[in-house]
Amino acid sequence: MGTVNKDNLNDKDIQLILGTLLRAGVIISMSIVLIGGIIYLVHNNGVIADYKVFKPELSKFASIASIFKGVLTFHGDAIVQFGVLMLIFTPIARIVFALFSFLIERDYLYVVIGLIILAIITISLNGGLAH
Amino acid sequence: MSVLLFTLIVLIGAFLAGLLGSLTGLGGGVIIIPLLTLALGVDIHYAIGASIVSVIATSSGSAAAYVKEGITNIRIGMFLEIATTVGAVCGAIVAVYLNPDYIAVIFGCILIFSAIMTLKKKVDHTTQDNTDKWAKFFKLNGSYPDKGKEHTYAVKNVPGGFFMMLFAGTLSGLLGIGSGALKVIAMDNIMRLPFKVSTTTSNFMMGVTAAASAIVYLHRGQIDPGIAMPVCIGVLTGATIGSKILIKTKTDKLKVVFAVVVVFLAIQMIYKGLSGAM
Repeated sequence: MGTVNKDNLNDKDIQLILGTLLRAGVIISMSIVLIGGIIYLVHNNGVIADYKVFKPELSKFASIASIFKGVLTFHGDAIVQFGVLMLIFTPIARIVFALFSFLIERDYLYVVIGLIILAIITISLNGGLAH
Repeated sequence: MSVLLFTLIVLIGAFLAGLLGSLTGLGGGVIIIPLLTLALGVDIHYAIGASIVSVIATSSGSAAAYVKEGITNIRIGMFLEIATTVGAVCGAIVAVYLNPDYIAVIFGCILIFSAIMTLKKKVDHTTQDNTDKWAKFFKLNGSYPDKGKEHTYAVKNVPGGFFMMLFAGTLSGLLGIGSGALKVIAMDNIMRLPFKVSTTTSNFMMGVTAAASAIVYLHRGQIDPGIAMPVCIGVLTGATIGSKILIKTKTDKLKVVFAVVVVFLAIQMIYKGLSGAM
């Protein structure tokens, strides 16, 4: 009985941390998007919005490196994109956390499953796939 | 249209999309894409990029609450995420080579299908028969708390559910939506999960699935900060308020009205796609 209780508590703890991680990730990244958005609007007040045709070659922040460079110059659109990037990494961080918690539980099958998901995401991170 | 006006219109539209999407269970993505493309003339590639970002925001936000309550089956979620992420990356890559007109037609069809699914009465398929060898091997059978009691459930037909998730993930990556309707079919009807578990687990999976395709979209320049910003802020705010109202109100009539609107949007998307106007 003692071990069952301990396991339950362990699972509950993991769920609590997982939930907090997800919520914190969303709140932080959306705050960054909001701040970047305000800066972007102030700087682009008179500009005309044109999204009628998809022009990928005009996209300034289409890689993680270019986003980091843009943030250092304090451009609003770069900060928005940085927030978006953080938002994308929130569920990925959740997988990394779950992987470690399965490792602690010695549930190696699910450690492998977590690694497979991370591998798929790493493949998609390789920008070469997109072009 | 000036950037400021465009941002305001998208912000209001995205807020309504998030609100109605969460009240009816359709999700925000399926409404924001027709709004951007049909009403504002935005290229569908940008609309999809912005929508996928809002899917990550809403699903991670609501998953946080469900995970804490202990209803989400994290093992089922992670196991099926293999299928949805593979599908999502494939879908996002295929989207590059696909004519936007075809994307619009597929989108319209999925929209109609999702609208019908929200109206259909749900039939409980749950079972206690825990003899499925895949479910045993992957430790998928579980239990969830409801009204102070712990309810156990067993999982059936794991390969079938896995295959359906591959399909759901592909559509999610191709169209920039959460494809919740398909995920719930895979889990309710095929794998026989209780509603509470399937809806929360599907939500839990959406974040990673959308993140996998969002990375492909980001590298392709489909995520434009000028559109993604009002869309994700608007949808997330709307969905958060919607989930608070949802607990207090009955949404049956709203669902019917909304389904009609969605079908109307879908027909327009299909028409535009077929006439080559996307």
